Amino acid sequence: MQLTGADIVVESLKHEGVELVFGYPGGAALHIYDAFHRQDDVEHILVRHEQGATHAADGFARATGKPGVVLVTSGPGVTNAITGIATAYMDSIPMVVLSGQVMKPLIGYDAFQEIDAVGISRPCVKHNFLIQSVEEIAPTIKKAFHVASTGRPGPVLVDIPKDITAEVTTFVYPESIEMRSYPPVKSAQPSEIVAAVEAILNSSQPIVYTGGGVVLANAQEELRQFVRTLGFPCTNTLMGLGAYPHDDPLFLGMLGMHGTYEANMAMNKADLIIAIGARFDDRITGTLNGFAPDAKVLHVDIDPSVIDKNIMSDIAIVGDAKNVLTMMNQELARRAEDVNHELSRDWWAQIQDWRGLDSLWYEPSDSVIKPQFVVQKLFEATAGQAYVTSDVGQHQMYAAQFYGFSDTHRWINSGGLGTMGFGLPAAMGVKFAHRDADVACVTGEGSIQMCIQELATCKQYDLPIKVINLNNRYLGMVRQWQEFSYEKRYSHSYMDSLPDFVKLAESYGHVGMLIDKPADVEAALKEAFAMQDRLVFMDFITDQTENVYPMIEAGKSHSEMRLRPNGPKPE
Amino acid sequence: MRHIISVLLENESGALSRVAGLFSARGYNIDTLTVAPTNDPTLSRLTISTTGDDRRIDQIEKQLGKLVDVVALQDITVNRHLEREVVLVKLIADAQKKADLDRVADAFHAQLIDISESQYIVELSGSNEKVDELLKVLASFQIIEVARSGVTGMTSTERVLKVDNK
Repeated sequence: MQLTGADIVVESLKHEGVELVFGYPGGAALHIYDAFHRQDDVEHILVRHEQGATHAADGFARATGKPGVVLVTSGPGVTNAITGIATAYMDSIPMVVLSGQVMKPLIGYDAFQEIDAVGISRPCVKHNFLIQSVEEIAPTIKKAFHVASTGRPGPVLVDIPKDITAEVTTFVYPESIEMRSYPPVKSAQPSEIVAAVEAILNSSQPIVYTGGGVVLANAQEELRQFVRTLGFPCTNTLMGLGAYPHDDPLFLGMLGMHGTYEANMAMNKADLIIAIGARFDDRITGTLNGFAPDAKVLHVDIDPSVIDKNIMSDIAIVGDAKNVLTMMNQELARRAEDVNHELSRDWWAQIQDWRGLDSLWYEPSDSVIKPQFVVQKLFEATAGQAYVTSDVGQHQMYAAQFYGFSDTHRWINSGGLGTMGFGLPAAMGVKFAHRDADVACVTGEGSIQMCIQELATCKQYDLPIKVINLNNRYLGMVRQWQEFSYEKRYSHSYMDSLPDFVKLAESYGHVGMLIDKPADVEAALKEAFAMQDRLVFMDFITDQTENVYPMIEAGKSHSEMRLRPNGPKPE
Repeated sequence: MRHIISVLLENESGALSRVAGLFSARGYNIDTLTVAPTNDPTLSRLTISTTGDDRRIDQIEKQLGKLVDVVALQDITVNRHLEREVVLVKLIADAQKKADLDRVADAFHAQLIDISESQYIVELSGSNEKVDELLKVLASFQIIEVARSGVTGMTSTERVLKVDNK
């Protein structure tokens, strides 16, 4: 079949099973846009800013496990997409970004809307390609999807010069591709599993600490079996929430900078840390000097470079979390008579003491809306079944702490890069993937304004997302740090001249609601979620002085948590 | 400690910048870097000399291994190995100093590859240390220009850097 390069792009996407592409047209991508116009199999979603396209594709990927696909033009199309590409990169999200490039003969001559897309994206992609000929398009797209979605996933950019998209060649989509330099995923050795299980069975103060890797590997069932067989305490990172059910007695909540007292203390006092698909980043460990002084570390990850990077391991297993957990579960079954729950009895007594502190407690109020209260009521209104996206800041931590997740792929946030503006476009991607599910975007008045233009996209494609705006008129997390570490010098953290969010939502064709009394929160949420075909922007006027607790401040260790001043204290 | 890491790289545009970018982005030192095609036209061989403790070198190797364009890599300094660097030194020596220059060249097995009036170019191929030594000795001359190639090398054991190493 003779096709133009542009048609080959679209045909290749079809062969990859792509149904949705998020994008924004421009000169260098116009041949490809023309090819989109000629067919109905792959739907193109027109966003309002390329950052929105990448976050939407990212949200789609996180909610489905399939790679998100983005199409942008050259120059500013690419530079606007970079923040979203970097967001996906930091959280290991599979994504394929197709970018138009100026015509090949113009490359290097500072042509109109020319940018070195491969160069500018290089530090924040898993890999990227500049297509050199029309024959390369199909095999390169095949490679891009393969690299993006295998091993430790990540974004891959394919830059396509405009003249090449007009050239014609025979289209054959390769069945398979060979990449000698792209390593296959290593699988765990049986001897490693035996050694790991031996250490596990001998531990009296263990903790299972899991991250985004368990979510990406769809290993939640294997994890639950592993934890329940052993009766070990389990904690999830911000990226790993949902892997273990929030209401299970073995679950200690989230760990890290704003993790629970019991999760962080258990990490600090453990004799064995079983880390699975988690990377010991600085928000998890606190200062490395004071990190888990007595713990042996068993580290399981698909990416060998994560092992011994921040924390030296005693036992390391490189492999897919699902495979490794399956192998460990088999070994545990073989050694069932050696599983002794009595061994960790004292440890559990200690953990129950820590848990008794109720470190997430906040002072309820009937005069001012507490942001935590809104998230709790959101959980109730959605029966804990919503897909929840968030932006970045205090509201993100409240959502992580107070919306109990029972399944993976439900909690969708920018953990690694911490990208404000992520929540709303990510929610669009989720809604496209799960039309019948409740999708809530928990945000703040600062973050929401970073991609607010996507309210128009939501209108165009009828995406009845519920925006939960926790509006405290501050960049709350910045304000909190300034309160704690800068003697309350609130430099540029007050959000002045805010729009009237109700009118703003209405001007985009949505429903706006203002809620400023605690007594109205529950009814308002019920009313909003009852409007199944409308996007409802809920502007909750919340307590301006509320802080996120507990907090491990920068440079402190797990045992030095800052607890709520008027809250319960350890004995 | 100093390490020499040999890398087989896909001979594609942009591949070198991935390696260089990795080192700068992660704050790894590059003391020297050489790159040239191999007998296999699809592959370039790249040699990086760097310094760091074992943990840092382990990270460098792992991060290099993740680059899709890296086909194989090897820290040749953990095995018996040979390393060579070429240096060209342009200097001025008057008639009186010429005899000294000849003695130095003889001692180092260096060659005078260009001679014009009082200006000479000295060439030496040797280990990094030997090149350093030569430059130290030549400091007593009026050096105009120095060009060092950076280190290249290979193991002298059966451990061969080849495509299926990754």
